[in-house]
Amino acid sequence: MVDIVWAVMIVGGVAFAAAAGDVGAVTSIIFDQAAAGLTVGINLMALLAVWFGISRIAERAGLLDAAARGLTPLLRPLFPDVPKGHPALSAIAMNITANFFGLANAATPFGLKAMEQLQTLNDRPDTVTPPMITFFALNSACATLLPATAVALRARAGAADPSVIIIPAAMASTAAAVSILLIDAYLRRRRGRER
Amino acid sequence: MAAVSAWILPGLLVLTLAAALRRRVNVYSEFAAGAADGLKLGVRLIPLIIGIYVGIGLFRDSGALAWLSRAAAPVLSHAGFPVEVLPLMLIRPFSNAAAVGVVADLLERHGPDSFVGLLASVMQGSSETTFYVLTVYLGSVGIRRSRHAVQLCLLGDLIGYLAALWVTVLFFVM
Repeated sequence: MVDIVWAVMIVGGVAFAAAAGDVGAVTSIIFDQAAAGLTVGINLMALLAVWFGISRIAERAGLLDAAARGLTPLLRPLFPDVPKGHPALSAIAMNITANFFGLANAATPFGLKAMEQLQTLNDRPDTVTPPMITFFALNSACATLLPATAVALRARAGAADPSVIIIPAAMASTAAAVSILLIDAYLRRRRGRER
Repeated sequence: MAAVSAWILPGLLVLTLAAALRRRVNVYSEFAAGAADGLKLGVRLIPLIIGIYVGIGLFRDSGALAWLSRAAAPVLSHAGFPVEVLPLMLIRPFSNAAAVGVVADLLERHGPDSFVGLLASVMQGSSETTFYVLTVYLGSVGIRRSRHAVQLCLLGDLIGYLAALWVTVLFFVM
């Protein structure tokens, strides 16, 4: 599916440029975007280094376990296939905590760590597992306490009250998170019965 | 609220170091060891990021995105969405930077306190860069068969947009 979407974007883009009589633009778009992607990637790399460094200190100090212990009871019913006390749960807990506080850049390294941990439970390493899908579902509609970017954009545009959208945004993301988790649980149960 | 959020990160940092020093952790060498892992991961991620940027750029700058927006307009207005927010709905799952650009543009053209401006802000604040996160997360552990993960997450985005529309009407129109 990822391959198909990516291919459609590329082929569709080239086809549209050609139809508009400007197929020459394709080359410059590719170069510009590749350079932009590299810049973003390098910035992300620096952030990853800092956060992995700090989270290693936190781990050695026993803080991750403490934070995860608080959230894990809530996560257990969502991830029945992950054994109790598995490090994947604490990484997921940290990822959710970071997202909740609007720390998107901090959330990504924890999310990647969660994937690494979930992959150790995977007996078919090239195929996604049900707990990973639940994790994505949780992430896709993840509840944010503070939509910092949207508030900042509104402030910049001169809104009467930039923060007026915080509660509506929290309500919308909570509603979406609950519905998508219910759909995921339903799909998982149905597949479980088919097996 | 903004003041609280400004303190979250520095506060976590100080608390972490204080707790680590109390347990006699060698903080600097542990930091360096963790940072090395982070850099290794970054090297694996950069090719994925470049790929997604090229795909999005071609689709947007060639006019394909604008065409898709026009094609979907009738369905959208039927559901109650203003057509103006369609580019945001389409781009949001793929790129946060591009979505920020779209929201900034909408706020400037329609005003931050107009219905379109409020809806765009709520949508931006309640959704995620789903597809981007998915490709990077799956790619980082080498998974190629994603089963229904993509469909489920995009459905999550759709539900999120409908919820955003409903909440925006509830809060600012009624």
